[in-house]
Amino acid sequence: MSRAIPAPKRAKDAAPETGAPLLEVEDLRMHFPIHGGMLRRKVGAVRAVDGVSFQVGAGESFGLVGESGCGKSTTGRLVARLMEPTDGAIRYAGRDITHASRRELAPLRSEIQVVFQDPYSSLNPRHTVGTIITAPMKINGIDPPGGHRKRVQELLERVGLNPEHYNRFPHEFSGGQRQRIGIARALAVEPRLVIADEPVSALDVSIQAQVVNLLKDLQRDLGIAFVFIAHDLAVVRHFCERVAVMYLGKVVEVADRQTLYTNPHHPYTHALLSAVPGEREADGARKPRIRLTGDLPSPADPPSGCRFRTRCPKAQGVCADQEPPLVRLGATPGHEVACHFPAPLEETAAAALAPADRAEADEPAVPVERLEQTA
Amino acid sequence: MTATAPKPGGKPTSADAVPLLSVDDLRIRFRTEDGVVKAVDGLSFTVDRGRTLGIVGESGSGKSVTNLALLGLHNPARTTIEGRARFDGVDLLGASQKVLRDLRGRRMSMVFQDPLTALSPYYSIGEQIAETYRRHTGADRKKARLRAVDMLDRVGIPHAVRRVDDYPHQFSGGMRQRAMIAMALVCDPDLLIADEPTTALDVTVQAQILDLLAELQRELGTAIILVTHDLGVIEDTADEVLVMYAGRCVERGTTDEVLTTPQHPYTWGLLSSMPRLTSDVDEPLRPVPGSPPSLLNPPSGCPFHPRCVHAIDTCRSERPALARPEGLPGAGSGVSACHLDADARLRARGLPVVQHSQGAAS
Ligand SMILES: Nc1ncnc2c1ncn2[C@@H]1O[C@H](COP(=O)(O)OP(=O)(O)OP(=O)(O)O)[C@@H](O)[C@H]1O
Ligand SMILES: Nc1ncnc2c1ncn2[C@@H]1O[C@H](COP(=O)(O)OP(=O)(O)OP(=O)(O)O)[C@@H](O)[C@H]1O
Ligand code: SF4
Ligand SMILES: [Mg+2]
Ligand SMILES: [Mg+2]
Repeated sequence: MSRAIPAPKRAKDAAPETGAPLLEVEDLRMHFPIHGGMLRRKVGAVRAVDGVSFQVGAGESFGLVGESGCGKSTTGRLVARLMEPTDGAIRYAGRDITHASRRELAPLRSEIQVVFQDPYSSLNPRHTVGTIITAPMKINGIDPPGGHRKRVQELLERVGLNPEHYNRFPHEFSGGQRQRIGIARALAVEPRLVIADEPVSALDVSIQAQVVNLLKDLQRDLGIAFVFIAHDLAVVRHFCERVAVMYLGKVVEVADRQTLYTNPHHPYTHALLSAVPGEREADGARKPRIRLTGDLPSPADPPSGCRFRTRCPKAQGVCADQEPPLVRLGATPGHEVACHFPAPLEETAAAALAPADRAEADEPAVPVERLEQTA
Repeated sequence: MTATAPKPGGKPTSADAVPLLSVDDLRIRFRTEDGVVKAVDGLSFTVDRGRTLGIVGESGSGKSVTNLALLGLHNPARTTIEGRARFDGVDLLGASQKVLRDLRGRRMSMVFQDPLTALSPYYSIGEQIAETYRRHTGADRKKARLRAVDMLDRVGIPHAVRRVDDYPHQFSGGMRQRAMIAMALVCDPDLLIADEPTTALDVTVQAQILDLLAELQRELGTAIILVTHDLGVIEDTADEVLVMYAGRCVERGTTDEVLTTPQHPYTWGLLSSMPRLTSDVDEPLRPVPGSPPSLLNPPSGCPFHPRCVHAIDTCRSERPALARPEGLPGAGSGVSACHLDADARLRARGLPVVQHSQGAAS
């Protein structure tokens, strides 16, 4: 593996070559060892992230969606270099940071910030809001012009909190307010890239909207790039300009928002979008659903060929033999699909309606599992 | 918001029949170190046989506490429960523990958000379902086991005969949720209370579980109370909706009414907070400002007034009664608790927040 290039003092000044993406992820892998037996020998590996590639431009909001366990958080943690990948490459602002050491990463810590899902456990309950937000500035040796306190108060105001609450403790705030504190802490060091892992999932609908609006304003006003991880497809659509759909450690489809939501070509994307509750056709009819049969396979023992084939209504022999690469599809720039038979929704829906003649042994043969169109 | 499609199955309304469950002026208070929490404060609703009542509301609005009270699961030492709740002629709030124990699991049963809290790790899934069946019907072991296999099969567990001896940890999250539904339905209950049954699940699994519930309801005629915070789930599954805020009902009506012509400012806020797959991404979401009130010291008058952009003076001093808005064109049988008169609500509807939901409906 290539070594990280020593970083300049403040990488922000070393702007990436024009046109180059801020973040490039190439064939990224994270395999967690599974130990077993008397000697706790390595007996296998959870292939949490298994060949993921994508790029995020400066100031761009990029979404990662997919079912629980598909590797979204692991991808986010790798990109923030909270852990070291097994294989692949991560380039930030043109520099390879895949295996960069703590020291090499130190100057980048201020540029790449993380906002976590849980606004309760991610803030130290014994520290005041002021201390919490000041900490990353101190760690990164940042001395704002008017002093720390003034900067914190500006930040509190920026995220919609009362600047006078500088000396309060996290428990004195509501969930949505605590998430704002977490965001203020991330902003304190003027990041260029924020990894937001389910930043609004723990919040109530009405509060969720407040925080999504705030993040959107920040992205626009401050030009911060986002890797936004969420399972709510409507929230991701609202926030992200480009979206990647993951399945079992891999990206199966990536496209700009408009294409991904209106003209997806991977059967899994079809199934995912059709499962969103409360969506109707223009005439008020319930949208047809593409039911997935069976359970998510284990990432420790993924199916051969295409990983989705065990649940895919369109699977053919070739799907078990050959892994479909993520390749550019048609005329839409940046639309990539990993499927042997990429096609619009109608084909997947038709295949899902057809009688089940696939020899999948482990599938429930219940009629409710099949596509059911209620109009 | 477009909820114009008829629900699958087209269940008939039994307007003149006695409701299966009727709750009247329910009040629940907890004594805590900090003071008395008024978790539920004058809640009334009914549920008919074979129909689904959806309950929505913010975290802490009293949804779970209400259902636990109906099932008699609160600790009587620290809880004061007042009001009336009748389930098919039985007075639930006055009933003895023995009567309640017998009703629970047999005629009323429940499904929780987290199946691991309801399933024991020490017994196989099959044993747990069979035991519930035996306890309530007196069936013998062999019959109960057959029944367990049958139930697992019905909820779509593949190879139920083989999987019946598995332990909960051997099932995936979605399968555990199915197993819990199988256990809840093993005695063909009249009422199923499902408290956020799909919140912890992925959308694809959620869709499977909700379809399964609808399917079983069609087959068995079970009434369902479905608690959720997801209006999309409500739209797909509920016949009627109860919107809760700070322990009170702020709006109640058919799903179509509440989602297409909402009457209460909190419901407007909920609807406009939620992005849809078709909404305009350049339009900011319209959240409800502020945060939910403390139940130790609830706001005077209308509990929503501190967050309500339409509030008038009366809202701060007087509690609005739950009533049908007078003289409001298009208002159905739904009720709401808001002081705004018809004119004010119509004017408020001129605001973008309501135009949004009306626009989508037409
Ligand atoms: N530290 C770890 N050790 C072993 N396995 C892990 C570890 N972290 C994650 N995994 C496994 O890797 C897979 C991917 O996990 P990850 O948390 O990235 O998924 P996710 O897409 O974020 O899911 P969710 O939507 O539930 O948050 C899962 O099977 C998970 O159990
Ligand atoms: N045993 C208890 N003692 C004291 N207060 C309680 C108790 N149980 C619940 N509460 C309080 O009662 C209120 C209503 O709680 P409940 O669990 O019904 O909310 P909910 O609407 O179900 O919320 P969520 O969506 O988060 O599940 C909350 O303020 C809660 O803190
Ligand atoms: S009663 Fe007043 S405060 Fe309450 S919702 Fe209606 S207008 Fe708003
Ligand atoms: Mg995650
Ligand atoms: Mg609850």
